[in-house]
Amino acid sequence: MNAKVLLAIVLVLTLTASIGHSQSNGFARLGSSAQGFKIPERGRSLSFPSDHGAHPDYRIEWWYVTANLEGEDGARYGAQWTLFRSALAPGVASGFADPQIWIGHAAVTTKSRQYIAERLSRGGVGQANVATNPFEAWIDDWTMKSFARAGADELDELLLRANGRDFRYSLTLRSKGPLVLQGDRGYSLKSASGQASYYYSQPFYQASGVIKVEGVEVVVSGQAWLDREWSSQPLASNQTGWDWFSLHFDNGEKLMLFRLRDNKDGFISANWIADDGKTTLISQNDIHLEPVRQAAVAGRTLPVAWRIQIPAYSLDITTRPLFDQAWMATKTPYWEGPIGFSGTATGVGYLEMTGY
Amino acid sequence: MNFTAFEALLSHWRRRPLQLLTLVTGIALATALWSGVQAINAEARASYQRAASVLEQGALRQVVAKNGNGISIKTYAKLRRGGWDVSPVIEGLYRFGPVRIKLIGIEPLTMPQEGQIGSITTAADLPDFLSERGQLVVSADTALKLRGRTDMTIKVSDQVPEDAAILDISAADRLLRVKGKISRLVVAPEQRADVAPVERISPDVLVQESADRPDVSRLTDSFHLNLTAFGHLSFLVGLIIVYSAAGLTFEQRRGTFRTLRSLGISLPALTTMLVIELVTLALLSGFLGIILGYFLASTLMPGVATSLRSVYGATVSGALSIRSEWWVIGLLIALVGTAISSAQSLWRVWKLPLLAAAQPRAWVRASTKSVLLQSAVGCVLLALAMILGITSAGLVSGFGTLGCLLLGAALLLPGVLVIILSLAEPMSRAALSQWFWADTRLQLPGLSLALMALLLALSANIGVGTMVSSFRLTFIGWLDQRLAAELYVTAKDEDEAKRLREWLPRYSAAVLPIWSVEANIRGEHMQIFGVADHSTYRDHWPLIVADRYAWDMVALGKGALINEQLWRRGDAELGETIPMPGEWEATVVGVYSDYGNPSGQVIIGIDPLVAHYPDVPKLRYGIRVPPAEVPSLRQRLVTEFGLSEAAIIDQATLKQQSRAVFEQTFSVTGALNVLTLAIAGFAVFSSLLTLSGIRLPQLAPLWAMGIKRRNLALYEVFRTLALWLATFITAVPVGLSLAWVLLAIVNVEAFGWRLPMTIFPHDWLWLGAVALIAALMSVFVPVWRLATINPADLLRIFADER
Repeated sequence: MNAKVLLAIVLVLTLTASIGHSQSNGFARLGSSAQGFKIPERGRSLSFPSDHGAHPDYRIEWWYVTANLEGEDGARYGAQWTLFRSALAPGVASGFADPQIWIGHAAVTTKSRQYIAERLSRGGVGQANVATNPFEAWIDDWTMKSFARAGADELDELLLRANGRDFRYSLTLRSKGPLVLQGDRGYSLKSASGQASYYYSQPFYQASGVIKVEGVEVVVSGQAWLDREWSSQPLASNQTGWDWFSLHFDNGEKLMLFRLRDNKDGFISANWIADDGKTTLISQNDIHLEPVRQAAVAGRTLPVAWRIQIPAYSLDITTRPLFDQAWMATKTPYWEGPIGFSGTATGVGYLEMTGY
Repeated sequence: MNFTAFEALLSHWRRRPLQLLTLVTGIALATALWSGVQAINAEARASYQRAASVLEQGALRQVVAKNGNGISIKTYAKLRRGGWDVSPVIEGLYRFGPVRIKLIGIEPLTMPQEGQIGSITTAADLPDFLSERGQLVVSADTALKLRGRTDMTIKVSDQVPEDAAILDISAADRLLRVKGKISRLVVAPEQRADVAPVERISPDVLVQESADRPDVSRLTDSFHLNLTAFGHLSFLVGLIIVYSAAGLTFEQRRGTFRTLRSLGISLPALTTMLVIELVTLALLSGFLGIILGYFLASTLMPGVATSLRSVYGATVSGALSIRSEWWVIGLLIALVGTAISSAQSLWRVWKLPLLAAAQPRAWVRASTKSVLLQSAVGCVLLALAMILGITSAGLVSGFGTLGCLLLGAALLLPGVLVIILSLAEPMSRAALSQWFWADTRLQLPGLSLALMALLLALSANIGVGTMVSSFRLTFIGWLDQRLAAELYVTAKDEDEAKRLREWLPRYSAAVLPIWSVEANIRGEHMQIFGVADHSTYRDHWPLIVADRYAWDMVALGKGALINEQLWRRGDAELGETIPMPGEWEATVVGVYSDYGNPSGQVIIGIDPLVAHYPDVPKLRYGIRVPPAEVPSLRQRLVTEFGLSEAAIIDQATLKQQSRAVFEQTFSVTGALNVLTLAIAGFAVFSSLLTLSGIRLPQLAPLWAMGIKRRNLALYEVFRTLALWLATFITAVPVGLSLAWVLLAIVNVEAFGWRLPMTIFPHDWLWLGAVALIAALMSVFVPVWRLATINPADLLRIFADER
């Protein structure tokens, strides 16, 4: 999930530069401003529910949900709910002096349209925050709220709500499996030089609820995936973007896979998640990833369909997007949309592509 | 052929360069005054719009606290979480040393695009803008003033008005020490459809439509109406010059016209030539006028800007930008003006019978019927002015009264003069003096327009002069009363203020706090001052109306004094209870004059002020000491106490500053006044010039009968003086009526205060002298021409078969 670190950093950069320049001067500036923030340490065990909440001493953090849904009308939908935290300085303060910036992204994808919305807030005033016991992450009238029964993990059952100019949704997420700690018990190495983040997921949600687009309500149900990650690590300046996959196999297994693109061969990594939550890291040499179809999106050319091969798992699949133009035209624009796949296995998932 | 004919027509100007000059000057002056005033207005309006959109997000709705006490962060969060797209603003006045700046603290993360701030705080600057150190976005001038007075970074933007700074809301919160109290919330134009009403989410706030807010452009309407009125007056006077000059050139070329027609130039061809000539002249002079107008406007603009800033608190840049519409409208106005004032002459050419006598027809102009009609219209207008004056309620009808009064008086003038002359005529015995009166009467129609112009200019001068002088007298008397303390000091922070409070009583007779908070009362943003219970106020503070125990009630914390503006607007009456911010009430016990303040103001006791508003900045003090001790105390404050020199101001300096602001306010009016008078003088001059050319046939017989040219010239001077005197005498009552309307109607509407009228006959003498010199100068050229005319020219009148 290196990819999302990058995304969060770019989001910080929206605040530091207009998009055209962010790639060149923004990264350099980032490197110097990392001081003062805490750095993830190997061996620190995550503790819940407190780690579901915010970590204001780390520079970046997010609560990231993607859902593959099917309507009663038989149509497929995608839904995204994201809350980013990005600190100008470590720590919190009350009132407008708080250095925490919150950014919300929400989207609904249909087979012919992408509906998006973006919200910004600063911390300290109550407009956006993440609370635990009971858990709620919110920005404005968007919310991700726990209704888990006592004793269960707070993220086991969530209510998810967001709206934009011409869409809204209200989803209920119920987990059918445990939290998944990524990397080494939640310590996720990001590069050979030791950069890392704390990272865990809940990929086992069953989702149901209502999506309303253009005034029409549709009852939907499907699967959802939540990612939680926080870090303070800047990234290498030669990295230009990434392609990231989260896949739900029809047999209940999950796969997380990404490729970081740089001026050399790039870096590919994957994590196989069994239906009981047991994870296996797959090394770069065991994965073969290649684009099979390009599409023109928002004045760029993006590989919207991919072939993924992992011989060790006898996996050879080809992904196809629900909608080619699943473009997030937010302050930092990127491609994020639901996909389906077929081949040696079938299922659905989400694809995210940035830096194109 | 046509070309030769055109050349013949134009040759007239070579022979009469002075006439050409008059015509060009007339058009240029009319255009200059008109476009100059329009330019000033346009510039100021553009400034308001900029200020309103940048400072107040003028076009957007706002959420404000019902009690005027600010909105809590909690309420803001509740509204946001309820789905309202609103953005908080914390604003207020802040002193960077001696520099007072209006701080507008915005939340760039939620400010709607339409709030206009986006272009000021671009994404690239956000880290600096949001940084802990803070950043002030200000105009270039303000940046200069702030140099060295703040640790915050300063960014210059030409979109920010003078003396204002845009900064992050957290920095504004910190500087203004409001502890998160939000001044107002800007409402984005697009909102979620099913969002609950604001009042239901939080009952202590309400949505204010953009139209409900008093905006500066409405406040300053009167000022601009004033300028526009002057612009129009000058334009009218300018047209009169063009009218007489155009009339003259046509009269003098009647012979040429006839000759050209006889030579076969068709009437349409001739008319076309004349139209081309006029259009060319109009465009050339209009061009000149626009350049002149630009210089006029840019000369007056700094004064206008200062006036608007001091009287209305409006921020207007003193610089003038050239707008493209300027040229188009200016030239158009020159064309239209020329067309109006030469239409009659053109019409005569069109109707000119081919074989009619080409003799100039100075006599034909005398028409009793038209004078009667004109007088009747004048009477009606004067009656209308009276009715409007009595019933008038609004600013526009106030200016309507002014218009009717001036126009009516001007139209009546020829009639009045005819009556005076008719009365004078029978009283003369000598044939020559009888001829003098009769001839003057006959000349009246030719001169009447110029005399009307003179009357307008003189009355405007007397009226505006009386108004300004009355105002000055009242204002200075009021300043003397109100600025009773000998020294005024401002502490740089609360610590220093506390030390001042302990230190000062040892060296002074009394220390009077000058503390105020800003708050909303009855929906209007205003200042609430606290006064100590001290004889300084009881003895010196002028109250217009007051309860008998007004000061006691104020000291007890039950009474409040309101300023005249608030009272005249009908927002509060004596004895009425007004809701004060912070959930308490006060009874209005008195009304005080408060000149030079655009908005309402309330005074309460100092103890209730501190009790109800504990956060009130306690930085400013008036100090009572015997005048002889002022220099030593001042010295002590700097050397012993350590107060900065800039933080101390003595009474005399403060008074002088206030007076300077006052004079600046009326300097533009004064300048326009002088210009109007000058143009009217020029109108008289050009009319006399016109007549002197036409009147030779009437003077020639007198000369033939043995009257010397010198005496003829003297008669001309007498005539001019007599007419000038009659006009001037008429101008006095008209001017005084004008002053009354200005003081009793226009001022009350425009500024919210009424002033006693004082008459200054001394000023009239000055004005009369200036007008006399103008009249004498205007008669000089024609008279000199007459006195030195070649007898052969006079003889030729008889020889000439024309």
